[in-house]
Amino acid sequence: MLAEEILNQPEARELNAAVPGAITEGSLALGELTLWIDPSRIVEACRHLKSVQKYVRLSSITAVDWHPAAPRFEVVYHLQSIERNERLRLKCRLDDGVEIDSVTGVWRGADWYERETFDMFGIRFRGNATLKRILLPEDWEGHPLRKDFPVHGYKYSYQNE
Amino acid sequence: MKAIEEHVASMLAPAAPPDTPGGARHMVLNMGPQHPSTHGVLRVVLELEGETVIKAQPDIGYLHTGIEKQFETRTWHQGVVLTDRVDYLSNLSNNLTYALAVEKLMQLEIPPAAQYMRVMLAELQRIESHLVWLGTHALDIGAMSVFFYCFREREDILRIKEMFSGQRMMTSYIRPGGLALEPPRGWRKVVGKFLGTFPSRVDEYEELLEKNPIWLRRTQGVGHFALDDMLDLGVTGPMIRGAGVPLDVRKMTPYSSYEKFDFKVCTHDANDVYARYRVRLSEFRESHKIATQALEGMADGPWRADAPKMVLPDREKMKTQMEALIYHFKIVTDGYRVPEGEAYAAVESPRGEIAYYVVSNGTSKPYRVHMRTPSFGNLQGLGPMIEGCLIADTIAAMGSMDFVLGDVDR
Repeated sequence: MLAEEILNQPEARELNAAVPGAITEGSLALGELTLWIDPSRIVEACRHLKSVQKYVRLSSITAVDWHPAAPRFEVVYHLQSIERNERLRLKCRLDDGVEIDSVTGVWRGADWYERETFDMFGIRFRGNATLKRILLPEDWEGHPLRKDFPVHGYKYSYQNE
Repeated sequence: MKAIEEHVASMLAPAAPPDTPGGARHMVLNMGPQHPSTHGVLRVVLELEGETVIKAQPDIGYLHTGIEKQFETRTWHQGVVLTDRVDYLSNLSNNLTYALAVEKLMQLEIPPAAQYMRVMLAELQRIESHLVWLGTHALDIGAMSVFFYCFREREDILRIKEMFSGQRMMTSYIRPGGLALEPPRGWRKVVGKFLGTFPSRVDEYEELLEKNPIWLRRTQGVGHFALDDMLDLGVTGPMIRGAGVPLDVRKMTPYSSYEKFDFKVCTHDANDVYARYRVRLSEFRESHKIATQALEGMADGPWRADAPKMVLPDREKMKTQMEALIYHFKIVTDGYRVPEGEAYAAVESPRGEIAYYVVSNGTSKPYRVHMRTPSFGNLQGLGPMIEGCLIADTIAAMGSMDFVLGDVDR
């Protein structure tokens, strides 16, 4: 059950009415609204937010690795509505190796952000046609922003010389 | 010898069957990563039909340095120097964004004088960044003298930055908690002198370009980018303002006391390279207006927040007060702790919306810092923008985006 405080927010109330059960949790801290979305319904929720609630801009997509906690990843979406002058953060909790639906069908601009998230965290986005590495070389092994990826000494370390 | 003969024979052979029903043959052209007009290391794979670009695929990552990973290994205080190196042509905007995000997490109040100083420096930074853009873009298109004029004024701003921080480019001057150092003696005179002469300099650039038929022919009607595509792809900054949308973080969600300043958001309706040039030219004048207001309205006051646990104490206090010495030792060795939570701070950089998403787990090092950089967001629109352009126009269209590859690759 969602907290009263969250349901009082128009974004959460409308989204909850249009896509029932999509919001699993919410928080309002430092003036920023965060909604946790059921990963299987992220596209549905985003489509509603874009077309009905006028969140026309996708500011960014990224992820946070909470290793060794489970579920391990949080995929974070930052949206902006120019008309309402509001910002909104969506989050999806995801286990390692689990895919999430791509939102490139909602915002074309999601493409590079999803590729970057894949490159850095190894999270796969189902339905993204060009999901391949974007910043690192094609033959790179591993995903550097994972917490278990070493900061120093990937394959070679001058400290051992 | 045989290989060369075979090669020549293959070149003289009749053209391969047409690739498309129209009968034309496509050619794939590799542009970059060392092409001078990319101002960095960007590779674009262009598919051409005659002289027309039908597909453009940017290939990025040549400047990736893992800055986001490095953030996680340094204290919050040490992170400031990394922000300088993301977008090296507008480092103060990056300093400011990081500072705002950390201060939001710590719920820290910054004294008004420091806020005004931040605004003034951010606007000088915008002028400097646009000067580099105008000079190099005009150079790309073939108007060489503008470059010398622009870099003359840029030098003045670099000297001001050096006077404030000791560094010309990697200043790290805006830090969580306020400013790095007290402003130097005589700064008002130096900044005032620059601001006094700058408007006439902008008129000079305008005169050089507005009466140049080559410049006009090469910019007007070139690089059209449908507004719906721009919104869909997340394009920001002068690009979208050149299409008539007054999207500006400074006006929409004012930070650092921007709400107290009188300025307008510069837009233009033509939505081409010329429009983007006009927007940036008007922003010279608006930034000058804001910086002048900041200079005149700035009171002398504390330059740092009253938070001894996170702001480095004055040198004098360290010599006389034991607490100051202890705090200094703790901040330098251990770093200050930032309360658990997450914050998103957005700033209007010269290139568009720059936003830092900062996550803290309550320790003295960031858990995660994500940089939403304007160049990355804008560059994604490169393909859709130049598809259909003539190959000669791609240089003008690409330059009008004003991306910095350090900002793209991080």
